[in-house]
Amino acid sequence: MISFLKLLFRNRLAAMGAVVLSAILILAVITPILPLADPDAISTADRFKRPFSEGHLLGTDHLGRDLLSRLLWGTRLSLAVGIFAALIAASIGSAIGIIAGYFGGRTDNVIMRAVDMLMAFPYILLALAIVAALGPGLVNALIAVAAVNIPFFARNIRGVTVGLAGREFVDAARLAGMGHGRIILTELLPNVASTIVIAMSTTVGWMILETAGLSFLGLGSQPPQADLGSMLGEARSALITAPHTSIVPGVMIFLIVMSINLLGDGVRDALDPRLRSGALTRPRAVTLVDRRGNVPRADQKGLLNIQELETQFHVGPRIYRAVNRVSLHVNPGEAIGLIGESGSGKSVTALSVMGLVASPPGVITGGAVRYAGEDLLAASYDSLRAKRGQNVAYIFQDPLSTLHPLYRVGDQLIEAIQAHNRVPETQARAEAIELLKSVRIPNPESRIHNYPHEMSGGMRQRVGIAMALANDPDVIIADEPTTALDVTVQAQILSLLDDLRRERGLAIIFITHDFGVVAQLCDRVAVMYGGRIVEEGPTETILEHPAHPYTKKLMACVPELGGGKRRLEAIPGLPPVVHELPPGCAFAPRCEKATEACRAGEIPLAGTETHTVRCIDPEEELA
Amino acid sequence: MGAYILKRLLSAIPVLLGITVIVFLIMAMIPGDPATAILGSYATPENVAKINRDLGLDQPLVNRYFIWLGNMLTGDFGRSFSLNRPVLDEILDRFNATLVLAGVSFVLASVLGILAGVVSAARQYGLADKLITFTVIIGISVPSFFLGMMMILLFAVNLRWLPVSGMYAIYGGGDLPDLLRHLIMPASALAVVATGVIARLSRSAMLEVLRQDYIRTARAKGVDERRVIMGHALRAAMVSIIPVLGIQAGFVLSGSVYIEIVFQWPGVGRMLVDAILKRDLLLVQGGVVFVAACYVFFNIVVDVAQSLLDPRIKT
Amino acid sequence: MTALKVTDLSKTFPVGGGLFRAPKTAVRAVRPMSFEVAEGETLGIVGESGCGKSTLARMLVGLLEPTTGRIEIEGKPLDNADPAAFGKLIQYVFQDPVSSLNPRKTIRQIMEAPLKRLYGMDREERAARIREIFASVNLREDFLDRYPHEFSGGQAQRIGVARALAAAPRIIILDEPVSALDVSVQAQVLNLLADLKSEFNLTYLFISHDLAVVEAVSDRILVLYFGTVVEIGPAREVFKTPRHPYTKLLADSAPVVGRPLKAPEQKDSELPDPLNPPPGCAFVTRCPRATDRCRTAEPKLRPLGEHQLAACHHPLEG
Repeated sequence: MISFLKLLFRNRLAAMGAVVLSAILILAVITPILPLADPDAISTADRFKRPFSEGHLLGTDHLGRDLLSRLLWGTRLSLAVGIFAALIAASIGSAIGIIAGYFGGRTDNVIMRAVDMLMAFPYILLALAIVAALGPGLVNALIAVAAVNIPFFARNIRGVTVGLAGREFVDAARLAGMGHGRIILTELLPNVASTIVIAMSTTVGWMILETAGLSFLGLGSQPPQADLGSMLGEARSALITAPHTSIVPGVMIFLIVMSINLLGDGVRDALDPRLRSGALTRPRAVTLVDRRGNVPRADQKGLLNIQELETQFHVGPRIYRAVNRVSLHVNPGEAIGLIGESGSGKSVTALSVMGLVASPPGVITGGAVRYAGEDLLAASYDSLRAKRGQNVAYIFQDPLSTLHPLYRVGDQLIEAIQAHNRVPETQARAEAIELLKSVRIPNPESRIHNYPHEMSGGMRQRVGIAMALANDPDVIIADEPTTALDVTVQAQILSLLDDLRRERGLAIIFITHDFGVVAQLCDRVAVMYGGRIVEEGPTETILEHPAHPYTKKLMACVPELGGGKRRLEAIPGLPPVVHELPPGCAFAPRCEKATEACRAGEIPLAGTETHTVRCIDPEEELA
Repeated sequence: MGAYILKRLLSAIPVLLGITVIVFLIMAMIPGDPATAILGSYATPENVAKINRDLGLDQPLVNRYFIWLGNMLTGDFGRSFSLNRPVLDEILDRFNATLVLAGVSFVLASVLGILAGVVSAARQYGLADKLITFTVIIGISVPSFFLGMMMILLFAVNLRWLPVSGMYAIYGGGDLPDLLRHLIMPASALAVVATGVIARLSRSAMLEVLRQDYIRTARAKGVDERRVIMGHALRAAMVSIIPVLGIQAGFVLSGSVYIEIVFQWPGVGRMLVDAILKRDLLLVQGGVVFVAACYVFFNIVVDVAQSLLDPRIKT
Repeated sequence: MTALKVTDLSKTFPVGGGLFRAPKTAVRAVRPMSFEVAEGETLGIVGESGCGKSTLARMLVGLLEPTTGRIEIEGKPLDNADPAAFGKLIQYVFQDPVSSLNPRKTIRQIMEAPLKRLYGMDREERAARIREIFASVNLREDFLDRYPHEFSGGQAQRIGVARALAAAPRIIILDEPVSALDVSVQAQVLNLLADLKSEFNLTYLFISHDLAVVEAVSDRILVLYFGTVVEIGPAREVFKTPRHPYTKLLADSAPVVGRPLKAPEQKDSELPDPLNPPPGCAFVTRCPRATDRCRTAEPKLRPLGEHQLAACHHPLEG
């Protein structure tokens, strides 16, 4: 709760809204004890007095009534009616929504049809019909406003509930012996509460406006009782001669609604965890580069050469060192495997190459990425864009989320071709068909008209590969391209990649967590842990003689087919969190061999020309 | 495509029936006796009985519904006692005015709102974004009827640029420029809130989409940033913007009631409010059903537009 | 002794249709299947996405009502309608450990639910029982007052296992229990599960898409394809000497260090359409041994070799 308030008031606009709203609320609460004139006392001699006149701070209206007094009493009434309507709408609507969402099936169907029916009216028609039937009056206006907002809550809360009801903790609660009522009250309600609060805070203002509107039309509060809307309505006929009688209540409505909206937005931002982490920021077209210290000099290694790369995520006060001085190069025709667990920095390394790390929060803080000698981190956007896909192409993990869902796969391929070459549409289309053929998609002529969702996972990933091949790149970076696929499909995709590499002399950086995959496809392997490379060398050497204790343990704890039932080797502890890395070796806390020296400080990558390891007491002596 | 439109049209039938049932039930809740309300001081028992017979009020509720529904289907919405003319004639006369006002407003709000949202998202945290966000917050908080009144004060009374109210000038008006001059203030006052809501939603839809993996894919294949935003991102964002346009159309239609009162625009909204105050219930009933039905058809258009945009819907 | 016996269990999902219309067609997610699991045994269930393994699992714990068939636990048939009746006998460990814990409840509240609802224990009994269970899954007791988001995947999965144990079930269904975890943490959880099994004399059904993991933990393995059991047999033999061509395809597809890369299946085949299944064997479109008979007659599960059963007209030699 305290952290919520802190978060809320860090938002300056929300704080402003809260201050204004509290001031108005306090005024409304203490109105009865303030020394005000009788709001309904008519004095025709004092009609239309201007503001700041004797005894009437805000002047008087067409019947000579004190405007300040009427304003405060009216505010009190408007606030009460609006808030009450919101409470009614929220409780009835949320109850309907939770029940529909939780039970699903026919219950849901019937309830939601009815709700849709109500939403088929422009809201005011329904409100007008209700008021027409019940007769003008403030209570009837309140009922009308609450009634037209019930469907909004019902639909909103149902949506959230449907998502929650499918979650596994609800199943778990059922297996723990809970009944429907208990599940709704103790499992679902606490989880939808924040949505209800958000929906309320964003609609209270609206409901105040709507009741004021009905009163403005003469359908809400009836004279002499006045809320802000009816004050405005009565003042309208004197708009030209005495505009202050309109402006006073109008500005008050505006202030109330705006302060509620500002506060409501703040509440939503503070309660919505997606917004909280700052996730709703737009990633820039290129990762921010802010290199401190010297740029490493070109050392002529490889076609693509990553040197001392440092990529960090700056989230609030925390700095996540996702990639910590990583050096890696790949030669033409070579396949190199980058292996590690989640959070080891392998994907971030790969995305940093072409400036595709989401930024904010990502920042490249050091090192260089050289393609054919040119430092890509210093390149302009246009020159980098020209190389994306043309020289270095990517294949991503989940082809369902990485292909655009609304474009036909053919059009996505054509776009990839035309992004770099001005070729006519027909030629591009022919090339796209050729590409699909080259990744062995059957019937490419008809398949190019498919949308991604019409294809299976394996076929989609072939499209992903075809797209990467579109401009005949020299380097392909494949970021866990088979992790989301079934084993039999994985085998097909891997053999396809292997063939393509041999046919076209591609350099591949293959990112994975699976030693089996690396063993089959890659010439060299680099193992990452806690943002650093801990071992690098030829695949066979590393598989047979791993030098780093982590590499050795990691291979041992992954079962391999054909071993039969057995107890597995386990690594105790958890992978490190990269915003609080220990000094020295990041693996030391989990390593049986760790000594004081391991924890003391920086350990260099050492070894032979081909095989290097970051360990002071390696499993194998490298000479 | 044709099959989809047909399916949507057919699915509108139960919705339309539902609307008539809801309106009918609300009107049936009316306490007291409509005959007495119509007759006022002429309410002798014989007259009341006659009116009840004429209106079919002596029949059971279900029968009355079907009689009413049957009459409406044959174009007979009843007769307005306050205006002494057929309800449908009155509605049709008034509906054009509302359509012009609400239609122009809606188009204005959609175009400006989406544009502002896209600019705001593309320049997140920049000056344009801050300016738009701030304007939007003010826009969605100001009551449209108050805004309309202030516009009249400023542009019509003080600056004398535009006519105070009405749809055409009383003398010598009636042509298009005259209509436009009369339309500017009410249409923009009506559009303000919807523009704000659409702009906000477009901004957050764009931001949401720009984080998606397929945007990264587009960038990775070297697509130009302008095309990434105006093509890939906006197209995907439209999937969540279009339904909001449908909802906002309802809000514009609703708001037109206030605006028609403020600007004395001769539309359906003003007719409804007058009818309620005069307790002319047949006119209210007919007007509500008619406008709601139009809105249902508008929403079918929205759905069809959505299905053209999103291939995943057509199943 | 038989811990779990399943007879003709199947599940059909209606597709299409609306509020007042009858469904147009139906997807047979699980075709009628029968099998038994002995007490203390671990039965591994493997298959690729869409093979019906999760549907099967959800039926076994009563979260989904079967279309046909019956489930017996230790000789007693189960009431299909009541999850609480299932809860005391059979529990479930979910794939996504974080999503299986209610984010708004403390670990203590989560742990107490089954003790309170299924066994009606009072406060002290519950505290004692939780202490016992936490000790056996190696979790510190100060975790009890924290919320789920404070835990890593591995820890959350231990809590999920602890919750399942709290109900003192005879059988636990493990639905991909380690596939959301990092490889270095997987082994910890798998070993813990093995320890608990002997400590509490449990019976496991272990569902996974990872052949190597299933082989490492199971006594027997059941291979599912398209809602059908295609092969069942002892873990050491099923992948070493597969009888069904699909099992062989699976075994050949798993990446193995030192085995050269070669697509085990050159045909660019896809899974059959669930709305329009082929009449005979579902694997026929991908099978190198398919004949006309396979296209018309659905093969029945039959014994092949000493302990293996396969549903194939043209099984591979042992």
